[in-house]
Amino acid sequence: MSAQPDVDRLTKLEGIGCARKRREDPRFIQGKGNYVDDVKMPGMAFGVMVRSPYAHARIKRIDASRALALPGVVAVITAEELKPFKLHWMPTLAGDVQAVLADGKVSFQNQEVAFVIAEDRYVAADGAELVEVEYEELPAVIDPFKALEPDAPVVREDLAGKNTGAHGARRHHNHIFNWQIGDKDKTARVFDNAEITVKQDMLYPRVHPCPLETCGCVASFDKIKGDLTVYITSQAPHVVRTVVGLLSSIPESKIRIISPDIGGGFGNKVGVYPGYVCAIASSIVLGRPVKWIESRAENLTTTAFARDYWMTGELAATKDGVIKALRVHVTADHGAFDACADPTKWPAGMFHVCTGSYAIPNAFVCVDGVYTNKFPGGVAYRCSFRVTEAVYLIERMIDVLAQKLGIDKAEIRLRNFVRKEQFPYQTPLGLEYDSGDYEPALRKAMAAMDYGALRAEQAERRKNPNAEWLMGIGVVTFTEIVGAGPSKMCDILGIGMFDSCEIRVHPDGSAIARMGTITQGQGHQTTYAQIIATEAGIPASVIHVEEGDTSTAPYGLGTYGSRSTPVAGAAIARASRKIREKARRIAAHLLEVSPDDLEFDLDRFLVKGSPQQVKTMKEIAWAAYNNVPEGMEMGLETVDYYDPPNFTFPFGAYMCVLDINRFTGESKVRRFYALDDCGTRINPMIIEGQIHGGLTEGLAVAMGQELPYDEQGNVLGGTLMDYFVPTAVETPVWDTDFTVTPSPHHPIGAKGVAESPHVGSIPCFTSAVVDAFSHLGITHMNMPHNAYRLWQQSHELGLDKHP
Amino acid sequence: MPKKMMVSFKLNGYEMDVVVEPRELLIHTLREKCAHTGPHIGCETSHCGACTVDMNGTSVKSCTVLTVQAQDAEVLTIEGLAKGGVLHALQEGFMQEHGLQCGFCTPGMIIRAYRLLQENSNPTDEEVRYWIAGNLCRCTGYQNIVKAIQYAARKLRGEPVETSHPLLEAAS
Repeated sequence: MSAQPDVDRLTKLEGIGCARKRREDPRFIQGKGNYVDDVKMPGMAFGVMVRSPYAHARIKRIDASRALALPGVVAVITAEELKPFKLHWMPTLAGDVQAVLADGKVSFQNQEVAFVIAEDRYVAADGAELVEVEYEELPAVIDPFKALEPDAPVVREDLAGKNTGAHGARRHHNHIFNWQIGDKDKTARVFDNAEITVKQDMLYPRVHPCPLETCGCVASFDKIKGDLTVYITSQAPHVVRTVVGLLSSIPESKIRIISPDIGGGFGNKVGVYPGYVCAIASSIVLGRPVKWIESRAENLTTTAFARDYWMTGELAATKDGVIKALRVHVTADHGAFDACADPTKWPAGMFHVCTGSYAIPNAFVCVDGVYTNKFPGGVAYRCSFRVTEAVYLIERMIDVLAQKLGIDKAEIRLRNFVRKEQFPYQTPLGLEYDSGDYEPALRKAMAAMDYGALRAEQAERRKNPNAEWLMGIGVVTFTEIVGAGPSKMCDILGIGMFDSCEIRVHPDGSAIARMGTITQGQGHQTTYAQIIATEAGIPASVIHVEEGDTSTAPYGLGTYGSRSTPVAGAAIARASRKIREKARRIAAHLLEVSPDDLEFDLDRFLVKGSPQQVKTMKEIAWAAYNNVPEGMEMGLETVDYYDPPNFTFPFGAYMCVLDINRFTGESKVRRFYALDDCGTRINPMIIEGQIHGGLTEGLAVAMGQELPYDEQGNVLGGTLMDYFVPTAVETPVWDTDFTVTPSPHHPIGAKGVAESPHVGSIPCFTSAVVDAFSHLGITHMNMPHNAYRLWQQSHELGLDKHP
Repeated sequence: MPKKMMVSFKLNGYEMDVVVEPRELLIHTLREKCAHTGPHIGCETSHCGACTVDMNGTSVKSCTVLTVQAQDAEVLTIEGLAKGGVLHALQEGFMQEHGLQCGFCTPGMIIRAYRLLQENSNPTDEEVRYWIAGNLCRCTGYQNIVKAIQYAARKLRGEPVETSHPLLEAAS
């Protein structure tokens, strides 16, 4: 590239690094988005689920006759109706099976029992009320530890006699898997000989991503052509196509899955749900389109929860706070069916990133998956396959160790960081961190927040017996693992977790580009075009980015786990470079020079040493359709399937200052500073927006969200009355900052960003909350840190007594 | 009570006559009978605000308004905000300040902000946050929504607004 780029041409290009305004916005701000519930087809019927009020019950009888007698009800389907098509059970992404409609027994509250199809949604809801189901209630098991007791109720009778699951031996009727990684014996020896050890139990409660748009679909089967079209709220439309093909025996060539505009996903929209299957099956049978849209209560209580990890962490260290070993045990509550959307080989996802940003030489992790009478799911919520749990664990443990040793929480991190020169860094749990530079990030955060002054202020506050507000400072230095993933390690249903990009440059120099991912608010239509602009010299304004239609987009594994930029983004860069290199050869032909004599300059090629001889990409695009070198194929298009060599490892340093009223438990986030390093930054405006959103969802999880159950298995957080979603009033103003450490293996050095703020902020809030009480000996408090629970803590310590 | 009733109201300035069951909710009438799919359904308990429309000069959550209650009403939805093909200052502000991501809350959020600016042309950030507390957004963290509304407030007051065009960062 020439030393002084032409500013006008660079501006027009709108490439990598510019805060380009979003191309998605005009339709959304005018009410012209096209979400699944906006899709209306001629003859479309509407389906509503009949759900179980019990967490665990045998179904004695289902009588649909009153529903079927209601004018407008078209059909009622139960497991009996699905059996001839073998659709009453379906495979999950975790190697288990899940009942589409309950087959003789329900195993969680709100489980799908029958599907009522009617002419409109009101009649369908009426019909669902009229389906009579007789249940025989069974004892439910909600606590994953009780589920493993010898006489615990059997959650899954269908697995009787199966002592082996998808991930090896099962040792109990409610046990799913035992997964171990690391050197158990060596780690044990380090613990036995350690100068100091700490141990902490912690619960990462069951939460839900709660995207503003619930899940739904419109299935339309054309009986004449044999074509199935499904509009669906899916973060992975190609995977849905493959699953639907497996279930229905319709060839994938006759199935078209379309994810139109998606109203937020956050992992909730990765799985394949019974509602989708019922809508598809009924459309195939009825030969007319069938729409199914979840209610909010159905969304919060049946589709893809997150977390529910009961963790015990242990650290072994020297008296100076140098960590020698980490040991972790997790009891993972997967609910009634193991429907975690993890890569096949990883039943605990990427939890083994739990050594974090620290050079811990020895580690051992053991995870037991357990069935309970709760709804299935498990890896959702702005999280790359359990990295949220992993980061929470290690960040909490570092704080616990710091407190035990009386070392400052920032200082102990500085003592244990993986140092810059250690990258690429092999962790004791088998991961290779591609890059990182942790110390400058933390030092920058400490300077920005004036950390020393904050600690001094806190010390003053603690001296004052009349102080109404307790002050807590949270510190987190996290490492994420995103961009799943290398196909040698990661697959879903046997399909490698590559992603893809196809680019077609038209004769006028404009282009269409299609990817295997699907935006749900991340702004792909804006940022993907920026990558192409920089790499192929085509102005972003004339690049049309299209995703989500399996009939036009190349196969890809979709958008979740912050994989769009690390995987699809790499495919886009490589496809763009293929376009550029073909363009180079065409330009050489037009200029009658060798391709090696040409230099790429923003949006054109020029002859080295003779810069007045140029061919613009626009001219080259035209020539691609009428004047190419002899032997070259006409046209200017390409496709790239990118199988990443490794994950990417974004990191960050976060600090939070909050005040807690010791009399009421009210908390106020005074300041939150988030420094993120996501490698090369494609669009700073969009990155900042993603970080704001992730931090806010982190606030939600840390301070208020949970889906608790009572002992009978009733879910207690099933509406927005009970389930906390922060409003603008509770949400603080966020400070964002960044450093740039490009990924060495990614074509443009980008790492992915949207999940980091969620992953990093949650332990930071807990760190700050615990810090407010730490001088009184408190080392850990489980989430959510709502006012009642903060008051309880204050009360237990006697802090709420007026002096 | 008759099985169905005819209801007449003004939707974005146009006369609408719809025949509905008395139990039909306004959001369903707008979306399915009037083909105005801008307002969305995000919950059924009046918490999320995605269905917010302006009715007779007040914000309502149209998932908890019966269509029959809209008889003779003046209803404004996101589709009626841009006049003569020119975007409203709020729509411009949401684009300028990156006040939306997935877009699902946006129509309700903008219509709520419209009501705020009708009542208070010069709100503080705190007042903006209070006024939009009935509209949930899961993507943005609200920070840029507040900026977007303040952008519109400034523009509607006739004050200059930043016409930032930060496309030059790549060059720096």
